[in-house]
Amino acid sequence: MTREMTGAKMVVQALIDQGVDTVFGYPGGAVLPIYDEVFQQNAIRHILVRHEQGAVHAAEGYARSTGKPGVVLVTSGPGATNAVTGLTDALMDSIPIVVLTGQVPTFMIGSDAFQEADTVGITRPCTKHNWLVKDTERLSATIHEAFHVATSGRPGPVLIDIPKDVQFANGTYTQPSKTPVGHYQPQVKGDMETITELVAAIESAQRPIFYTGGGVINSGPGASQLLRELVDATGFPITSTLMGLGAYPASGKAWMGMLGMHGLYEANLAMHGCDLMINVGARFDDRITGRLDAFSPKSRKAHIDIDPSSINKVIHVDMPIVGDIGHVLEDVLKVWKARGRKVNSEGLTKWWRQIEQWKQVDCLKYTPSEGSIKPQHALSRLEALTKDRDRYICTEVGQHQMWAAQYLGFEDPNRWMTSGGLGTMGYGFPASVGVQVAHPDSLVINVAGEASWLMNMQEMGTAVQYRLPVKQFILNNERLGMVRQWQELLHGERYSHSWSEALPDFVKLAEAFGAKGILCKDPADLDDAIMEMLDHDGPVIFDCLVEKHENCFPMIPSGEPHNKMLLGEVSLKDAIGSKGAVLV
Amino acid sequence: MSALHIKKGSNKHSAYNLRPNFSDVTEKHTLAVLVDNEAGVLARVIGLFAGRGYNIESLTVAEVDHTGHLSRITIVTTGTPQVIEQIKAQLGRIVPVHEVHDLTVEGPFVERELALFKVEGHGEKRVEALRLADIFRANVVDSTLESFVFQLTGAPEKIDAFADLMRPLGLLEVARTGVAALSRGI
Ligand SMILES: Cc1ncc(C[n+]2csc(CCOP(=O)(O)OP(=O)(O)O)c2C)c(N)n1
Ligand SMILES: [Mg+2]
Repeated sequence: MTREMTGAKMVVQALIDQGVDTVFGYPGGAVLPIYDEVFQQNAIRHILVRHEQGAVHAAEGYARSTGKPGVVLVTSGPGATNAVTGLTDALMDSIPIVVLTGQVPTFMIGSDAFQEADTVGITRPCTKHNWLVKDTERLSATIHEAFHVATSGRPGPVLIDIPKDVQFANGTYTQPSKTPVGHYQPQVKGDMETITELVAAIESAQRPIFYTGGGVINSGPGASQLLRELVDATGFPITSTLMGLGAYPASGKAWMGMLGMHGLYEANLAMHGCDLMINVGARFDDRITGRLDAFSPKSRKAHIDIDPSSINKVIHVDMPIVGDIGHVLEDVLKVWKARGRKVNSEGLTKWWRQIEQWKQVDCLKYTPSEGSIKPQHALSRLEALTKDRDRYICTEVGQHQMWAAQYLGFEDPNRWMTSGGLGTMGYGFPASVGVQVAHPDSLVINVAGEASWLMNMQEMGTAVQYRLPVKQFILNNERLGMVRQWQELLHGERYSHSWSEALPDFVKLAEAFGAKGILCKDPADLDDAIMEMLDHDGPVIFDCLVEKHENCFPMIPSGEPHNKMLLGEVSLKDAIGSKGAVLV
Repeated sequence: MSALHIKKGSNKHSAYNLRPNFSDVTEKHTLAVLVDNEAGVLARVIGLFAGRGYNIESLTVAEVDHTGHLSRITIVTTGTPQVIEQIKAQLGRIVPVHEVHDLTVEGPFVERELALFKVEGHGEKRVEALRLADIFRANVVDSTLESFVFQLTGAPEKIDAFADLMRPLGLLEVARTGVAALSRGI
């Protein structure tokens, strides 16, 4: 293999050497030399999306379901600006993504050339790091460094802007192994003194809780394994953020369900009442904490996070441990075992008894209906009919997303792709495309709202072109449901612009793209319709007409503490007695 | 630098724990940030402060190691202890940042700024300006029959004080470099 090659060839070579098998992209003038090289090789598969935002979300889906970085190739100007939402989404959720953008030739930069945009300037705040490569000699090393930065420490999106003349020019290719590692080497081992302090707290805690997040998933399957071992060995209850679902199995003994704004009653009350909170790879997000000055007032708090800036950002913690979750949990287990595997059994028994009482409230109960499909019912049926399959779930953003988190169970990490931090409507469909590309033989379902789904519906073209049998399970309430719910509860039922007129006929829409469409509006037909969707070997749009004004409960209104949770109408009666719960 | 190295990515040696948590008291801190001298690095630092709503009272930057291409950014900022800790941690996340030093908590340090003052004056006022400049050990680096340019180095407070005195004497323009700072001793 020659060391001398064009910048364009270098890009492809560097991707191959980084173990990349798939690139999501969209061509244009400023990346034509790279596309020419993509054309002349077979090692890397290029998936032509229909919009650059779709490319980034697809790469996110790929990354989250495989643990490998997702790669995107787009052109300058509008190609790059279209990628911005995806980059921000990946930054908020710490997803490793490498985006390559074309740029106008170096000698035209700054001249307002055709399709010129200050891509590194625009994307500086929405990437973990970015580079403008002005010299072909630097190109391959920069790409290798970009993969290192995207995947080490707290993962995140990076971007490399490559002017067209740099793609044409010749330079020397450097292999990854020959590329000097930069000074960027985040700390992975936790401080042993604090770890020992945490173990001592574990030994004596009366009301402990594990509060886990996306960091466990990002740390890799080993971290989930260690978490399961620690949780099961201590017998402590565990809850998770939206981002962390699947790290501990939903069928596990200690599982309490998701916490937070639409989290389970028992999980939130346990967070409120615990005396030891062990935060593992979560970040005290405002959807989790509610009102800060009333957040878990009586607990000592430990926080394990690879990013020092997450520590003490919003909540002061007593035991900060900076390090990789896998490494730290391994040390916690080691020390805890060496000290005799002690827990406060008496306290724990009482604590579980209390938790069981909270569970009696049955906060996910809803009023069934025979005349219309309740969204909760649709998801319960989807769960029942798919839970034993090799299944990946994506979602859009809105009520359906929260219901999916509540009513679907996740047994393993990397099986759940949802836009948490940014809450990006339009994320789920392209993400499901990326997941299906990575797992061609698995069942990939995107639980969607009709409004979110329409935001990136052009990706039907991608699904059909690449024969990706993604199932688009649309809970169609003909409303911007989550917005409508807030307007109902907080804005005097003034439904300002929260419904869509002129929705498409989704069945015809599917057919127009050459896919299958299924309409279901009668609860009696639901199971058969879902089976029809599952049995179809190809992409399906499932238009599930659901109850239009259903609300998503439980709900902690913004700015309220955990114990001021609103429960659905059904549980109203049961919950009145329980301390602190204020109801609508 | 000082004995208390705050290594990037570690919160172990933070003096944060010595102060009350989440206090409302605003403190002024001088930070020294060592960065790769590459395109856009200053924009990253400034963008961080602007984007997260932190204050910059003063900021200076120049390459200090020509072989290693390292620049030193000196930032004077204000905030509650919690905000100051966040600023340092956030700076540490920037990939080309090598080290973040909080000179204010790491021990005694010296802080200097250079300023140029253009003062217009005739007769008594001109004599008075010269006399005060002498007291402040300011140098005259330009003079015409109706103006002087004084050069003054010192702590920011000294420069402020000199500016206050020059104002009634015909101060026309001031140029300040911002603060450069180093810890004392080794
Ligand atoms: C890109 C974007 N724009 C606006 C919002 C605000 N928003 C959050 S949920 C929602 C409604 C979503 O409607 P739909 O997809 O039908 O889901 P539903 O809540 O009805 O289940 C809106 C507009 C958002 N999250 N993302
Ligand atoms: Mg809807």
